[in-house]
Amino acid sequence: MNTSGPVAPIPTPEFGVEIGRGRVRFVLARLRLMWRSFRNGWGIFMESRMGRLSLFTIIAFALMAAAHPILMAFVWDPATYDPVTGYSFDQVEQPAPPSWKHPLGTDPLGRDVLSQLLFSTRSEFVLGITAALVTVGIATFVGAVAAYYGRLVDSFFMRLADLIIALPAISLLIVLSALFHLNLFYLALIIGVLGGFGGTAIILKSQALSIKVKPFIEAARVAGGGDFHIIFVHIIPHLLPLALLYMMFTVTSAIFAEAVLSFLGLLDLRMSWGIMIHTANTGGYLLGGTRYWWLIVPAGASITLLCSAFYLAGRALDEVVNPRLRQRND
Amino acid sequence: MASASNTPETPNAQAAGSSAPDGEPLLAVHGLTKLFPVGGGPFRKPSSFIHAVDDVTFRLGHGESLGLVGESGCGKTTVGKLLVKLLEPTGGEILFRFAGDSAGAATEAPWDSAAISGRLLRSCGRRVQMIFQDPYASMNPRRTIYDIISEPLSVQGMGDVQYRVDRVLEILTLVGLTPAGGFLFRHPHELSGGQRQRVAIARALVIRPSFVVADEPTSMLDVSSRTGVMSLMQDLATELGVAYLYVTHDLAVARYMCHRIAVMYSGKVVELAETEELLRNPLHPYTKALLSAVPVPDPGHRRQLPDIRGDLGTPIDPPSRCRFHERCPAATEHCLDHPHPPMEEKTPGHLVACYEV
Amino acid sequence: MTDRSDSLLKVDGLSLSYQTRQGELQAVRDVSFELARGSALGLVGESGCGKTTVANCLMRLLPDNARISAGRVLLDGQDVLLLTEEEMRLRRWRRISMVFQAAMNVLDPVYRVGQQIIEAIETHGVESTDIGARERVARLFRMVGLDPQLMERYPHEFSGGMRQRAVIAMALSCDPDLMIADEPTTALDVIVQDRILRELKAIQQPLGMSIIYISHDIAVVAEVTDVVGVMYAGRLVEMGDTADVFRAPAHPYTAALVSSFPSVSGERRPLTSLPGEPPNLSDLPPGCPFHPRCAYATDVCRTEYPPRAASGSRWAACWHPLDATLVPQS
Repeated sequence: MNTSGPVAPIPTPEFGVEIGRGRVRFVLARLRLMWRSFRNGWGIFMESRMGRLSLFTIIAFALMAAAHPILMAFVWDPATYDPVTGYSFDQVEQPAPPSWKHPLGTDPLGRDVLSQLLFSTRSEFVLGITAALVTVGIATFVGAVAAYYGRLVDSFFMRLADLIIALPAISLLIVLSALFHLNLFYLALIIGVLGGFGGTAIILKSQALSIKVKPFIEAARVAGGGDFHIIFVHIIPHLLPLALLYMMFTVTSAIFAEAVLSFLGLLDLRMSWGIMIHTANTGGYLLGGTRYWWLIVPAGASITLLCSAFYLAGRALDEVVNPRLRQRND
Repeated sequence: MASASNTPETPNAQAAGSSAPDGEPLLAVHGLTKLFPVGGGPFRKPSSFIHAVDDVTFRLGHGESLGLVGESGCGKTTVGKLLVKLLEPTGGEILFRFAGDSAGAATEAPWDSAAISGRLLRSCGRRVQMIFQDPYASMNPRRTIYDIISEPLSVQGMGDVQYRVDRVLEILTLVGLTPAGGFLFRHPHELSGGQRQRVAIARALVIRPSFVVADEPTSMLDVSSRTGVMSLMQDLATELGVAYLYVTHDLAVARYMCHRIAVMYSGKVVELAETEELLRNPLHPYTKALLSAVPVPDPGHRRQLPDIRGDLGTPIDPPSRCRFHERCPAATEHCLDHPHPPMEEKTPGHLVACYEV
Repeated sequence: MTDRSDSLLKVDGLSLSYQTRQGELQAVRDVSFELARGSALGLVGESGCGKTTVANCLMRLLPDNARISAGRVLLDGQDVLLLTEEEMRLRRWRRISMVFQAAMNVLDPVYRVGQQIIEAIETHGVESTDIGARERVARLFRMVGLDPQLMERYPHEFSGGMRQRAVIAMALSCDPDLMIADEPTTALDVIVQDRILRELKAIQQPLGMSIIYISHDIAVVAEVTDVVGVMYAGRLVEMGDTADVFRAPAHPYTAALVSSFPSVSGERRPLTSLPGEPPNLSDLPPGCPFHPRCAYATDVCRTEYPPRAASGSRWAACWHPLDATLVPQS
């Protein structure tokens, strides 16, 4: 009944009875534990309205991305509906307003807007998530290493971060895209590297610094743990929640950067939301006000919705990570 | 319930090997010094130094427990961290001689010296462990009790998973956390303060060290769990033959835990004696003041007034004379003109650093 | 009102609970005591026993989720709990002042220490002129053993002991009738602690001030108080003259506290330890909450909360008091 009562003289108990012998049982116990903590976090995430809303939006966009190849294979005729090479011959005038055949109308080149929108969704996801993973991977490592070793290592990475923050990212991307043919992957990589060595690294480093001075780091050293062990087992796991949060924000900034560059016509992409608006712009249809709304609103709204969904998901994750932010419901 | 089995036993002074001059001590610390630079940078020389630990010398026998007592900022925790190599000493020697060493390699290299580093240090870690003051902060909150206790085993590559699980279950039972299996996958925040400090003890003892630095292990616990942890530490010391360096500010706790007590002031050990001898017959004026300032739970008791002035300052580039000089009620001209007094043996086993004793 | 002359504070049947996510937490149950003018009362107990909550309740400094369910706190015959926030604000510092455990957090780091105390004095109108207030602070500083020149310093220039003394000077600044000291010396070294306790004792008598000491350290309480109350699981379980209570404890819990406390003087008697853990306040055992840890527990202890056994002003809530002179009250 009482667990910390008087110490009995050492018995020779049957060890391993409670969890059973063998690695499998042990691993299973651990998996159950991870599942439990995931469920806790999930519960808090879903409790917030921001969390539910953002998750719903992201899933909706994911379904849209998944729908495109299916529609192309079974419903839509590629000659008419291909997002890049298709042409709608039965319309008298291009761009044509929404109709039963083209729910979101056609663009100035006679292509179906809905098909373009769905096709682009996939690349936006790929771009955002790749950029975010690269950012967080670099930033977590740089932050942990700079905080742990301090001194020259720290100075080097922090000056590098200052340099990157001082550079205006969009202007830099414009210059880079003028010099090289930037496709989706390279764009994601550049955005990821800029974010990873820039601001996110500084934020994760300051978090790592507060972990580094905790007594359990000293305890790990006394136990015989080396630098590698301490960085990867004790420091980085404490950075991951914050890293996940900044991952969400990076997705937002990557999608936004792509939209800006595509709008300026600087990217080597087949189709994207930014290119859709770019096409409308080069034809002079942006000046037409709300008359040609189907050329701008679907792509524009998608950019806004997906960006804000990832941002809100980040804010909801923040509540999971920082218990202080949670609303008390008495 | 208040049976004899959970009562801290009187430390057995005879078991302390160090008092016997012919016995080989487990640990010999000689002239240990640690200076912390003040105001330096990567490319600037520090303008001055804090003398956190200054020329500290003592010995510790196998299975003995030595109390290191003093006010906060006197350098007692720094000594503990130097012994477990959390800090590199500026000067002096830390020599360990573990029980197993006397057989083989002992003839060539009888001592593990303070100079060892890298991989050697890690093998040394098997013999030297530490229990930290704060049972909340000294455990990674994301890890389970199993992870925490098995960490010394896993980072030092001892045994496979099954071996570690068995060791952890065994030590959990030893520290009184039963049923042990029920604790394996708990997190520290699910445990009370007393239980956590038992986990901390288990972590320190799971690799069967010969020597453990205990840094105020009971100061953050409640009265009722404190006594249990104290008696547990003593039981395990006798059972496993562990020697403790017990760092504390509380003389009353040190009285129950330690065979001998060393009193530190401003980086220096000023008095060292057997526990009861020190409490009954303190010689150094600082020890006297410290003793008379400890409140006594007996309402009728009248204490002497401790007659020392001022506060313990930070020893930044201190003058070479006695560190206690400014606050000392017994200070004379002699103290002012001479360097810090050396430790002298006034009666057998009772060392004091004071000119006026 | 005849008893006004000697009784300053009367706490009558105070009960308080916190609303938490896990449900209602009864932190204080039916606490009653009386404090005479100019005397010192000690409240001892382990962490979570409710002693700090009682103090915060007297000061009306309770978090939002606290609810006082019953009881009165009469200060000079007036119920403190019925006052408006504004009326209470005027009484804090002037009538009741408090010294907190973490003195560092009380002093604002950006203002000079003296200025902060002068401000407290002026807002409460104790001194009308700046010179008068300044002289008063200088006098208070000398009283608590600080050099008046230190008034011009900032808090970070003070050592821990000096800061605690400055906070005591602040608590004394408006001549309060009652000072509550919540673990005033726990963070300090013994020599500094000893000096502060002496100073408090020396100040208290000439000012005719009452003090409530709250501490887990029974040695400190034994030295400075006249009357002591022992708390366990939100209730007062024993109360009486300090000397009587600690020399011959009547409640088994008090006895366990006393016998588990190490002392530097006198014979080295063996310490006993209390088995088990303090109870969970949201799930108290039935009957006497101490019965699972009590060596003297019988069936009646497991089912019914004990009545007071009293003799004069001394009482204990126990079915089997260790002091036979205590007579159970109906």
